[in-house]
Amino acid sequence: MGEFIIKMPDVGEGVAEAELVEWHCKVGDPIREDMILAAVMTDKATVEIPSPVTGTVLWLGAEIGDTVAVKAPLVRIQVAGEGGEVEAVPMAETVTITPSSPQRGEGARRADEGDALPSIRQPAPSSGPAGLPAGEKGSRTAPDTLAKPLASPAVRLRAQDGGIDLRQVIGTGPAGRITHDDLDQFLARGAQPQPAPTGLAKKTAVEEIKVTGLRRRISEKMVLATSRIPHITYVEEIDVTDLEDLRATMNATRKPDQTKLTILPFLMRAMVKTIDEQPVVNATFDDDAGIVSRHAAVHIGIATQTPAGLTVPVVRHTEARGIWDCAAEVVRLAEAARTGSALREELSGSTITITSLGAMGGIATTPIINHPEVAIVGVNKIMTRPVWDGSQFIPRKMMNLSSSFDHRVVDGWDAATFVQRIKALLETPALIFIES
Amino acid sequence: MKEIVCKLLVIGAGPGGYICAIRAGQLGVDTVIVEAVKAGGTCLNIGCIPSKALIHAAEEFEKVSHMASAKSPLGISVEAPKLDLAKTIAWKDGIVGRLNSGVLGLLRKARVKIVHGRAKFRDGKTVEVETETGVQVIRAETIVIATGSEPVELPFLPFGGPVISSTEALSLKTVPQKLVVVGGGYIGLELGTAFAKIGSKVTVVEATSQILPQYDAELVKPVAKRLADLGIRVLTGAKAKGLSGSALLIETAEGAEEQLAADKILVTVGRKPRTEGWGLDELDLDRAGKFLRIDDRCRTSMRGVHAIGDITGEPMLAHRAMAQGEMVAEIVAGKKRIWDKRCIPAVCFTDPEIVTAGLSPDEARAQGYEIRVGQFPFNANGRAMTMLSEEGFVRIVARADSNLVLGIQAVGSGVSELSSAFALAIEMGARLEDIAATIHAHPTRSEGFQEAALKALGHALHI
Repeated sequence: MGEFIIKMPDVGEGVAEAELVEWHCKVGDPIREDMILAAVMTDKATVEIPSPVTGTVLWLGAEIGDTVAVKAPLVRIQVAGEGGEVEAVPMAETVTITPSSPQRGEGARRADEGDALPSIRQPAPSSGPAGLPAGEKGSRTAPDTLAKPLASPAVRLRAQDGGIDLRQVIGTGPAGRITHDDLDQFLARGAQPQPAPTGLAKKTAVEEIKVTGLRRRISEKMVLATSRIPHITYVEEIDVTDLEDLRATMNATRKPDQTKLTILPFLMRAMVKTIDEQPVVNATFDDDAGIVSRHAAVHIGIATQTPAGLTVPVVRHTEARGIWDCAAEVVRLAEAARTGSALREELSGSTITITSLGAMGGIATTPIINHPEVAIVGVNKIMTRPVWDGSQFIPRKMMNLSSSFDHRVVDGWDAATFVQRIKALLETPALIFIES
Repeated sequence: MKEIVCKLLVIGAGPGGYICAIRAGQLGVDTVIVEAVKAGGTCLNIGCIPSKALIHAAEEFEKVSHMASAKSPLGISVEAPKLDLAKTIAWKDGIVGRLNSGVLGLLRKARVKIVHGRAKFRDGKTVEVETETGVQVIRAETIVIATGSEPVELPFLPFGGPVISSTEALSLKTVPQKLVVVGGGYIGLELGTAFAKIGSKVTVVEATSQILPQYDAELVKPVAKRLADLGIRVLTGAKAKGLSGSALLIETAEGAEEQLAADKILVTVGRKPRTEGWGLDELDLDRAGKFLRIDDRCRTSMRGVHAIGDITGEPMLAHRAMAQGEMVAEIVAGKKRIWDKRCIPAVCFTDPEIVTAGLSPDEARAQGYEIRVGQFPFNANGRAMTMLSEEGFVRIVARADSNLVLGIQAVGSGVSELSSAFALAIEMGARLEDIAATIHAHPTRSEGFQEAALKALGHALHI
């Protein structure tokens, strides 16, 4: 009998670690080749890990929620014959988007169940050094005795219950001792700068929410984008009165079960047309290697709100899609993203991104670029405003576009040219459909 | 056997484990506790409690013996006393038994389910217990490891025959004529002193240059003097080598070999965490040396697994384990708690007793504090004089800048009861002025505490 160690595979997208979101096996389970062992979450997608061998699970290397480094041992399997080590091959076909919370809960329960089957050893899931989040490790260092705040046990207990860090509280007692009065004052100051009106009570509770799963991915991605990319944001107003008229005409003949057009398909087609002349914005920038890849294909990411958080499904090859096709694909992807059934390639590989909050779109936004892309187009809401036509004010439907560019590789001139060209196309929408 | 599913499983019903379970039960947490031997653990069954019983009996016997020698200045004379050690041990066992059922009663009152048997981890959430009636599987959301510690055995002096650990020493039916104690730490000296008082000829073999090596020389001096008065031979810098017949072979500080004749050889060279026999290898928890590594919430490296007590490191003291157990129970019940204790007092029940809380002068200096130290001797204390025990002193260590008390030590007869005042002063963040301005009842030994604070402030009244 030998032992086979399956390691966390390189799940692509340049990630060094992935979060374990689900175990499909437990210690003692018999495993056939190709059976799914676990699911791990990378940047935006969940990847399932199949078993390369047949045997019995001896040991699980992480608990649900743990971040596991690529190449760290994930599962040990007892096999007939010689053992070995292998890096698992993630299954590309069966990738699903971030599971929603009920699925996660189910995964946790499954891992909690003990093994009813007899097994040779009884190892257990453990978070090894690689599995421990760095933050948690750091918190284990002993506090400096010199820095310990001076307070009686009762004051300390009150502070703990109220979630107060006593190091923030100024002690007025002898030798800087923190008294109950000091704590009262701190609470009063912290909750309300002015005396609270009568009848209103101070609230001091603090809810700690662990940033995990998709939320952690989003957080990391946002930090990456804002810390690496010097953004230039350009806001321009567009008169969409004619576009809205055209859209209304085109939608009028649609049956209730047919997809109707929103602004987005027009914008997508306008972007495709503009990118033809202005390829600098449809690119990805590998800043470590110092290479900008300009893409012939226009894969437009559509920032989409899902119950779990922000995801960006991708309308691939927009340059080869007609306006109705674009509209249908946007609807289909948004639905897939919301229900968690989008495929991995539907959630990655965009070359430029659109972000739109529709009616919530505001007057202007400062969109954050979807790294490693170099441009993002933000759609603001349409409002009827008075516009001076040279002799009088007339009501026009106006919409702002707020677009950000990676200023390292896109100059202000190019950014402005790109947006002005889109403006021209959207203001005279017939131009979008004229073959060049 | 039907699986038990619970919120909290505590492994080990020693002082840490049973407190954890009781507190969790009080807070409405569905709790199970597993104990392999007897509720109360080392402390209650074969440690603190039985040793204190034996020490007390020995003290009483020694007092009466002293009176019988017609040397007592109190004017009391008696006939030579006799000791029936078997009866003493039976009395001690009675106390242990009472406390034992007391702990079980408290656990039941807190609605804690008690499972008797040896627990072994199956995984981080599941434990198997070998009970008398078969294997009981218990699944828990949170598990607390409180497996405690056991005496260290010397490879060349394995327990058995004349070589005994503290456990056997507390159950001897007859007084050994010649007792050799290997290891001059607090356990060896407490027991060695007790046996000397009831008639054994005791020799203590200590490998380092000082008995009670964790205390400073000043604190140890009165104890060393008393050992000499009791006729105990103390060999420091001496190493035990092995058995030679029933004698212990040692190498003295000078490098010479010597044979120490012995009826019993008591080995008290320390205690080690009990890390074997319950499946630690399966869990692969991070270690800190030979102990389990924990954070300030007693969490181990595995989610949902806490550890408390001796298995988590020094000081291996019952009251530390209890405080940890209480904290973990509250955390499991959803309260926000971290380990923020400023001191863990320690008592050494030698004759005279030693108490320490907080930092010694050397430790305080080593941590970078400018300090002032006040020391008051009991030979200037009225109560000590009237009790015929003027040895020892109280010593206070405070920051020179703010007079904040950093540590308090005392050596003297009965000073163990001062430990609560010392610990309270430090936990409350007392300054020298706080202690000096508190009225201490007269005539008591506690006046020495107040006087030590006054001394540090430069105006002691009675010296």
